[in-house]
Amino acid sequence: MASIPRSARRPSPPAVKLSLNDPFVRSILYQVLVVGGVALIVWYLVSNTMANMEARKIASGFGFLNREAGFAISEHSIDYSPADSYFRALVVGVLNTLLVAFLGIVLATILGTVIGIGRLAKNWLIAKICSVYVEVMRNLPLAVQLFFWYAMIIENLPGPRQALNPLPGVFLSARGIMIPVPASDPLNMWILIALLMGILGTIGVSRWASARQAATGQQFPMMRAGAALILGLPLITWLLGGAPTTLDWPELRGFNFQGGGSLSPEFAALLIGLVTYTAAFIAEIVRSGILAVSHGQTEAASALGLRRSLTLRLVVLPQALRVIIPPMISQYLNITKNSSLAVLIGYPDIVSIANTALNQTGQAIEGIAIIMMVYLTVSLSIAAFGNWYNKRIALVER
Amino acid sequence: MSDAAATLKSMPQSGGFGNSPLVQWAKANLFPNWWSTAVTLVLAYLILKFGFGLLSWAVFNAVWTVEGNNTEVCRQLKGIGACWALITEKYRFILFGTYPFQQHWRPTLVILIFIALYGVSTVRTLWNYRLGIIWAAGLLSIGILMWGGVFGLSYVEQERWGGLPITLMLATFGIALAFPLGILLALGRRSDMPAIKAICVGYIELIRGVPLISLLFMASVMLPLFLPEGLTIDKLLRAQVAIIMFAGAYLAEVIRGGLQAIPKGQYEAADALGLSYWKKTGFIILPQALKIVIPPLVNTFIGMFKDTSLVVIIGIYDLLGAAKVSTIEPAWRGFSVEAYAFVSIIYFVFCFAMSKYSQKVEAELSHTHKR
Repeated sequence: MASIPRSARRPSPPAVKLSLNDPFVRSILYQVLVVGGVALIVWYLVSNTMANMEARKIASGFGFLNREAGFAISEHSIDYSPADSYFRALVVGVLNTLLVAFLGIVLATILGTVIGIGRLAKNWLIAKICSVYVEVMRNLPLAVQLFFWYAMIIENLPGPRQALNPLPGVFLSARGIMIPVPASDPLNMWILIALLMGILGTIGVSRWASARQAATGQQFPMMRAGAALILGLPLITWLLGGAPTTLDWPELRGFNFQGGGSLSPEFAALLIGLVTYTAAFIAEIVRSGILAVSHGQTEAASALGLRRSLTLRLVVLPQALRVIIPPMISQYLNITKNSSLAVLIGYPDIVSIANTALNQTGQAIEGIAIIMMVYLTVSLSIAAFGNWYNKRIALVER
Repeated sequence: MSDAAATLKSMPQSGGFGNSPLVQWAKANLFPNWWSTAVTLVLAYLILKFGFGLLSWAVFNAVWTVEGNNTEVCRQLKGIGACWALITEKYRFILFGTYPFQQHWRPTLVILIFIALYGVSTVRTLWNYRLGIIWAAGLLSIGILMWGGVFGLSYVEQERWGGLPITLMLATFGIALAFPLGILLALGRRSDMPAIKAICVGYIELIRGVPLISLLFMASVMLPLFLPEGLTIDKLLRAQVAIIMFAGAYLAEVIRGGLQAIPKGQYEAADALGLSYWKKTGFIILPQALKIVIPPLVNTFIGMFKDTSLVVIIGIYDLLGAAKVSTIEPAWRGFSVEAYAFVSIIYFVFCFAMSKYSQKVEAELSHTHKR
């Protein structure tokens, strides 16, 4: 787009004061021309759009958001019925996107780290399996993989009556994946609160411990204290509450499963596809991060008498993370953006709900603007968080 | 395998089974200590078990042909043997879409021309104006072959195009036309002029912040609204525009990486010689910057090649779209896995070859940098 004004770049006959040979004047002129050109294009497109919309009798504006949506959504983490408004439907879509993106990020990080370390294993078989995995997954389009997993689930798994039962309480069938979940109990909320308290407590104690170490040089067993707080508090709450062990097991009743937790085929296929695909990229990032720390660093640490665990924690990881974090953030952004492929297999994420809404109302521009706004907001927040974290761990040079 | 082969070669040949290089290699890399041995054995067992299961599904128990769409045999063997009859029956549809059957030699030739163009582009000695001429000739003949209407070829309207040629076209034209856009955006982003920099940064970050799907939707629903009354462009071209806009932003960031890697002295030396901005950029900076970024450029191309599969959303039957449609007929319903496995192999061959090439160039470049 920046190419419009180049025709005017040769300086014309020298003026007395405002010469085009003056770089400053020239720069102003170019900028005015470029901005003018871009503005002209935008004006042209907007005026065309206005004329077209008038001709097609499309009303613009976001007023439709308050109207009744009238379509059902198969999966929703907040209450939703077709009688609710378009706005609520879109919120359901955003929550579905965030859910699958969040789970995808967590699981892909774990799987990718394991595979990345596996590629560096001394055992030839492990290293080979991991590198074959990476090569295959990286070189197939995600869309193909999603279709593949979805077809595997709905076409090739048996119906609920003959469901596969690989682990007690876990059922795989064409209707999705069923798992046992803890029975609902008022205690669950208290356990969650205890967990939160444990995390907050750990942050507080670690601040105090590092301040004390900086002041006095005394070390504090932070790992153990943190583990005790984060695991111990919920455990104590659970024991105090009488240690309920009831799980809600999925059971076959009639033609489908009742009870337990369920992952729909769409959700399962999308999550499996996103995780296995992105894990291949994360594995490469982790591998290159580890390789980036030179061997001399480890040797120097052990020459100083640091234990292996301390070497890893204080010498290798901080340097590896510096290489790993920036590309890792862009992979997290990719998972979030790639979750939009949900529309291919019918998982109700924001794209497919906004698409349904724009087909029903004809509000094409608004629908697409909403999709883009949502993704831009999520992308920019992840990027901002990532940049903040990256700055925190970046090398501080003299 | 290459690691193993390299190790094998480097080892001295000696007689006796216990001392043979293979046994030594296995001792060092598979059975060095008890837990590694245990892992090796468990993994080997799993590989053999699943490998044999996959082999018996894909080869031994597979159904290769059926008579007249009678897929009863396939259905009885579902889950036990693959139904490759779907592929033998429909491979032409998956590869070429609804292109007229008698004319299938034309898209076949187009695919071969694309492959030849990619191959020729890797020859260093041709990296000058000659490559441009070869590409222009190649793309011209691709256009003639696909459309026809001249030289006695029958005319084939664009709606009937499909399959692999669409995938190759969207990816190739996408990158080729996004390239100048990417260069301009990258230069603009590094410019000293605040207004131009702001426009370029805004464009790049906006595009990179949204998924390609939203751009494809935009191209398919909003582009008709943007254009003046009476001017319509067809679906394929709209998807192509979206892919170019998308690829431009990503290429810009790759090229910016190259521009940043050029030492400041190069810029200053060009300035000292009195070169204008465009001469400096065109003769000094870009040739060096683009050479550094060949590997990431190829990776971006691989990404684009994979991403073209998303056009299935707006109803274009590229390779993946045709594979999806091939199982819609009731007789073939339920055998999508076979169709996706078939197109996976095609996608894999293209992407794997390109990624190997990019790794090779990367190794060569790092070699020349080391001196």
